[in-house]
Amino acid sequence: MTDFLATRGSPVGRGYATNLRCRVCGKRYDIQPLNYCTDDFGPLEVEYDYAAIARVLTREQIERRPYNMWRYRELLPLDGEPTVGMQVGGTPLIRAERLAEALGVERLWIKNDAVNFPTLSFKDRVVAVALSKAREFGFRTVGCASTGNLANSVAANAAAAGLEAYIFVPADLERAKILGTSVYGAKVIGVTGTYDEVNRVASQVAMEYGWGFVNINLRAFYAEGSKTMGFEIAEALGWRVPQHVVAPMAGGALIGKIYKAFSELQQIGLIGEFACRMHGAQASGCNPIADAVKTGRERHKPVRKPNTICKSLAIGDPADGYFAAKLVRQTGGYAEDVSDEEIRKAMVLLAKTEGIFAETAGGVTLAVTQKLIEQGRIGRDEEVVICITGNGLKTQDAIVGTVEEPTIIKPSLDAFAAVLEQPALV
Amino acid sequence: MPVQINIPPQLREQTGGQANVPVSGQTVREALADLVRQHPAVQTKLFDESGQLRRFLNVFVNEEDIRYLEELDTPLTGNEVVVLLPAVAGG
Repeated sequence: MTDFLATRGSPVGRGYATNLRCRVCGKRYDIQPLNYCTDDFGPLEVEYDYAAIARVLTREQIERRPYNMWRYRELLPLDGEPTVGMQVGGTPLIRAERLAEALGVERLWIKNDAVNFPTLSFKDRVVAVALSKAREFGFRTVGCASTGNLANSVAANAAAAGLEAYIFVPADLERAKILGTSVYGAKVIGVTGTYDEVNRVASQVAMEYGWGFVNINLRAFYAEGSKTMGFEIAEALGWRVPQHVVAPMAGGALIGKIYKAFSELQQIGLIGEFACRMHGAQASGCNPIADAVKTGRERHKPVRKPNTICKSLAIGDPADGYFAAKLVRQTGGYAEDVSDEEIRKAMVLLAKTEGIFAETAGGVTLAVTQKLIEQGRIGRDEEVVICITGNGLKTQDAIVGTVEEPTIIKPSLDAFAAVLEQPALV
Repeated sequence: MPVQINIPPQLREQTGGQANVPVSGQTVREALADLVRQHPAVQTKLFDESGQLRRFLNVFVNEEDIRYLEELDTPLTGNEVVVLLPAVAGG
């Protein structure tokens, strides 16, 4: 971390984030735990002194640093050193030859955040930034509204940082995701209702109690952590951007932040001009953003009662839905949605071809990629990166009945030999 | 009982510090109009120049989003709690 100290020198203190800015009216705010404009409720976005960053940050300097998300720390909104999630990020970008063959495309890559540390999803990236920032602001109690992966990550990272955590989740969430939150000592509040109802209650709690909720009052900082997925993709490809990225959409922030990452790298001169079509993936049982793109609607129509096995993407009223749909349109991408059956099949295909067990959201992303290829929206000779954001071990129930049950035998060699003679297993 | 409008902390400056404002009205539209009548500074916070409700403001009646009801025409009978909340959260 010493080179960070050496390179700091922005005119606004120690970091390079200069202010927050409303995405609707452009009004600027000092850096503070605030997620919306007090004039028009528009979302706030972190702005940086890119000229100062461009003066101090080079490809070589980044490459010399440890392979984790903090190698891009000048482009993250902290004033001091990161203090939470020091080992997050640095996940593999895998050339997926066998899957490419199955899909009938030439160049396919998988960004595999199913093995992110410590809680096996991309959410560790956003939480590392949000909780480091929470500490800078002096919060002792943090929280979130979550469909599961964020719950795991806030709980684990808060435990390691010695922060008290209140985690709001839908009461019917997968058991593995609830246990994988409670184990860290977080207070888990199961709300009887949809994610959007959980989110509403958490918003009210955040406002009334003055705690640091990572995806509410700390959301502007939190969301910036997702950029590191984009930085890592570009660096791993040899400092360039692919022709297509397919990303899952829940709240709709990730897809926008990956694109922001590419744009920032260009702005500070680390990559050249690029053209990347951003494609969004949702489940048909909760597809407000994909629906907005497909019907040409500017504002998404919220989904009152999501109904899909992919609970991690089941946000019926996505906060960044408007911006995600706009980005997809602007970059010439598209958004699609897939059925539960297509999700299960894609999960199995990914596992059988690449040895990657992704959660249901990974099945959504892959199944949508297949659809986009079949529709001709992704050319078979064009380069594609698909973003796998969570681990299948958390959503194992989804594939019960889809994969083969074990063959049970008596403990004898003959019994095994008899199994081999069964044609179904050849 | 009058309808109560629950005011988010960032708007309480415009309501003289009040967290809950009793209003009258047969619909959400009328209830919000009464809120504006009592606290005119709230007008530009809730509505844009063309009079439309701000895109990133959600309105709930007894915990139900008015987009799932009848939007601003959602009827009120007199005991409801109307909650105003910034939409930019979660995900």
